[in-house]
Amino acid sequence: MYKIIKHIMADILRNKVILSYTLLLAIASFSIFALEDTSSKGILSMLNVLLMVVPLFSLIFSTIYIYNSSEFIELLLSQPIPRKTIWRSLYFGLSIAMSLAFFLGSGIWILVFQADYLGFMLLLIGLLLTLGFSSIAFLTALLAKDKAKGIGISIFSWLFFAIIYDGIILFLLFQFSDYPIEKLMIFISFLNPIDLARILLLMQLDVSALMGYTGAIFKDFFGTQMGIIISYLCLIMWILVPFKISENIFAKKDL
Amino acid sequence: MIKKSYPLLLILLFIGTSVFGKRMYVGPKENYKSITSALEAAKNADSIFVLKGIYQEKNIIMDKSVALIGINYPILDGQGLYEILSIKAPNVTVSGFEIIRCGISSIRDMAAIKVYDTHHVKIINNHIKKAFFGIYLQYSKNCQIQNNVITAKGITEQESGNGIHCWNSSYLQIINNKISGHRDGIYFEFVTHSKIVKNHSFKNMRYGLHFMFSNNDTYEGNRFTENGAGVAVMFSNHVNMFHNYFEKSWGDAAYGILLKEIAEGKIMYNHFSSNTMGVYMEGATNIQMKHNLFEKNGWALKVQASCQNITIEENNFLANTFDVSTNGTLFLSNFQHNYWDKYDGYDLDKNHLGDIPYRPISLFSVILEKNPTTLIMFRSFIAVLLDKTEKNLPSLTPEQLKDEHPRMKPIKWI
Repeated sequence: MYKIIKHIMADILRNKVILSYTLLLAIASFSIFALEDTSSKGILSMLNVLLMVVPLFSLIFSTIYIYNSSEFIELLLSQPIPRKTIWRSLYFGLSIAMSLAFFLGSGIWILVFQADYLGFMLLLIGLLLTLGFSSIAFLTALLAKDKAKGIGISIFSWLFFAIIYDGIILFLLFQFSDYPIEKLMIFISFLNPIDLARILLLMQLDVSALMGYTGAIFKDFFGTQMGIIISYLCLIMWILVPFKISENIFAKKDL
Repeated sequence: MIKKSYPLLLILLFIGTSVFGKRMYVGPKENYKSITSALEAAKNADSIFVLKGIYQEKNIIMDKSVALIGINYPILDGQGLYEILSIKAPNVTVSGFEIIRCGISSIRDMAAIKVYDTHHVKIINNHIKKAFFGIYLQYSKNCQIQNNVITAKGITEQESGNGIHCWNSSYLQIINNKISGHRDGIYFEFVTHSKIVKNHSFKNMRYGLHFMFSNNDTYEGNRFTENGAGVAVMFSNHVNMFHNYFEKSWGDAAYGILLKEIAEGKIMYNHFSSNTMGVYMEGATNIQMKHNLFEKNGWALKVQASCQNITIEENNFLANTFDVSTNGTLFLSNFQHNYWDKYDGYDLDKNHLGDIPYRPISLFSVILEKNPTTLIMFRSFIAVLLDKTEKNLPSLTPEQLKDEHPRMKPIKWI
């Protein structure tokens, strides 16, 4: 397993796309922190990078990588290695490489310019989103045999999580504005890793606004130790669950 | 603070005693065993020195113009039943006491020190603990309340009184007091021409400072932290608010300053930091806001449509979640030359003023006003998208509400 992971990591880290992703993140993060006049504005721009660019890249790069290495996977399958081991090593190799890219690109700048609890949280959430969306990509890549279709599905799932889902929620919020749906909203936000990450950071950034009445309900949940732990666990579930499903599919799939 | 007050005490000693009247001493080993007996024997302009000890004398009525001076903070104990000091004569000085356990009554407003219908009273350097009302003034003029520490542990708003309560008085000076745990830190009702300077009012249940029907007053250099709301100014005019610091008023109805039915006020050089709402205005007219700093507030300003002729100029708005919010589409106030950290305009003619207007109301804050639950969608991509669209084609936000020429850099003032 380690041999395969090592091989895949070495392969990805030599990849020009991932190098340019690292470079892009590095340039973006540095310019965000260095050029904005206040660090709070820098954090907000960083938030957008984290919630938009990181999931998008993780999804699409992982999907394409799986399709491109289908021959390599077939080669491995001809060896006496269990299918689950292959799939896991593929995921570990890929996700470690991606996390490394995120850390080298953004993480270092976050730690340099914002070395406090908030900065640490940004870093952690960035890493969790990288892992989560890679794992979603592993699932979407198995849903279609055709490469174009697979990439289409992964782009759509990014669109869904990043934009459409929020649009639907906003619509529902207005439709059901006469009902006490605050508690339900907490549950609904668990169903989207991007929202969950955003709300976790919101609790740190806009604490004063959230002390108002409605905000207080969210604050009572997400602001407490228990709520924060549950939120992080939920983000971790977003890594484990899609991957586990994809693993089961891969184990039985007729390639 | 005690050290600071020594010179003052000395001055009082000279003025109050050696020049005008005789000195009397109260203490376990002195001629007078109780304050009441000393008061009976005293004449106007005498000074009564009270030595260290615990004095449980029910209600002490001061009806002569004497100075009552505690040495090493003697304790006056109201046993949770009585009003402790009732001042009914002019030119009375009370200083240097620890006054504890005043009675609680919902019929009479019992206070640790209550001043009735008089003038030129000085209440200085006292520590008032567990009081219902701390210091209570009614129909009084030219009184001075200085360097007192007033603490309480109120449980509910009904069961606690105000730290310094002034009713129907004028020309008061309230300086350098520390007030906490009361219903309102300082309460003014029908009080005019008074000054509130350098007080620290914190952790009070309702307001740090509360004005009702009080005109021509100034409060300056005060700190209001972690109160239900910092300052509430209601139904008053000509109130000046300078150099105050408002911090951490957190909650649903929590404001740095709440202005309700106010006219002709000035709000200058104040610092609002981390409040749910910095300033909330309702029915305010002719208010001038200048050189204030709004920082890390949920909403820096909430100006309701019932306000008119509010001038908001040369303020700094930094890192607030929302800069301005309002409840209607009509807006009769004026923003000028403020610095907004969210402004992304340009300055081609290099006059340090932006060339395109800044609209401080975001669409999202309008949406939030109608449907508060949407707060959970804040900073999501869709919310940013809505805001950007609205910025280019304003349709839901008030058209007049804009700063024509915002500053490019934060304003510095002295």
